[in-house]
Amino acid sequence: MPQQEIEVILARHLSEYLFMPIFIVNPDGDLVFYNEPAEAILGQNYSETGTMPASEWSTIFQPMTAEGKPIPPEELPLVIALTERHPAHKIIWIRGLDGVLREIEITAFPLIGQADRFLGGIAIFWETRKK
Amino acid sequence: MKVTFWGTRGSLAAPSPKTVRYGGNTSCVAVEGSERTLLVLDAGTGIQSLGLSLPPDLNRVHILLTHLHMDHIQGLPFFAPLRRPGTEIHIWGPASTTLALSARLQKYLSPPLFPVNVRELAADLHFHELPADLIEIGEFSIQAQLIIHPNPTIGYRLECSNAAITYLPDHEPALGARDFPLDADWTSGYTLAEGSDLLIHDAQYTEQEYQGRVGFGHSSISQAFIFARLTQVKHFAPFHYDPTHSDTELDSMIEKAKADIQPSYRVTPGREGLSLDIAC
Repeated sequence: MPQQEIEVILARHLSEYLFMPIFIVNPDGDLVFYNEPAEAILGQNYSETGTMPASEWSTIFQPMTAEGKPIPPEELPLVIALTERHPAHKIIWIRGLDGVLREIEITAFPLIGQADRFLGGIAIFWETRKK
Repeated sequence: MKVTFWGTRGSLAAPSPKTVRYGGNTSCVAVEGSERTLLVLDAGTGIQSLGLSLPPDLNRVHILLTHLHMDHIQGLPFFAPLRRPGTEIHIWGPASTTLALSARLQKYLSPPLFPVNVRELAADLHFHELPADLIEIGEFSIQAQLIIHPNPTIGYRLECSNAAITYLPDHEPALGARDFPLDADWTSGYTLAEGSDLLIHDAQYTEQEYQGRVGFGHSSISQAFIFARLTQVKHFAPFHYDPTHSDTELDSMIEKAKADIQPSYRVTPGREGLSLDIAC
């Protein structure tokens, strides 16, 4: 696998020292890393899931509204951050890989490096409720 | 390629009877290609002696700056070809989000820090900002990528025909890694260094010193040896020595790292005046 961009390496290192759940994707939207606090919400360790294409992570966690209506990938904050290249924020429900239904609040932003290089996106999320 | 070390010290020039073997000048390495293209890696105080050694009719030089910390640019205005009308000088360095490379260099090359302004230099100056796609300069193909060091810092991989040299004088690939080294794809500088015929790499600290200087942007000597092993280089030159380390201390640091790491690659410590021929 080719070396990650330096800003992505630094983002991963920072996330590993933070208590906030963080999810990092590359410019194609493919998942490249999530930290330990995110593992608790997503229901599986990063070492078990590994990298994951956007088409998979945007559906595998079954994102839905409070009423249980599925949220299409293009309405997810991280997908908006990637496609429209601006920050996005939303409260959604997901079903973790452990089967638990959780309400999470997500803030996502595009990762743009030196010389205006588009490097992917980062989502920070908080669990607000669990069912 | 002929690689000559003109300055091997990091942070601050350290001329002293205790540093004569490894040298007291700050970072500067000259690389001359088979077709005589001259690349100068960084413009620390070592560049002054390099400039004085060059033929007066040399009409083009490329200076590749890794970053603009003072130990990498202090010698620039003392580089003799800069004062020669008609000499073409290309200065390559990291881009910034706010100021052009020339404007950032101007901060040093202007009063009150320096009496001569950039525009008063006689040479024909050209500035180029990096990282860019692969750069072609004469017989060299050059890859420039950001690496871990405070403020945007570029590492270089110079290739000609079948050989590659990697120059990472200020580099902290272990920063933030809980268990260094991580996998290759999560290691700063890996792509630049992979399989190089010669790696010139930051070796600023002892292990004990590094523990108190995490985040300063430099490596301990054993981290540098481990990075060389991970990247499977053929030849490793420790470089960018701390100004407080004497020749005797450097001897023992390097011997200890060799004993601990047991490198399978060749090790030649960078020292002022050293020349290495890398077959292309």
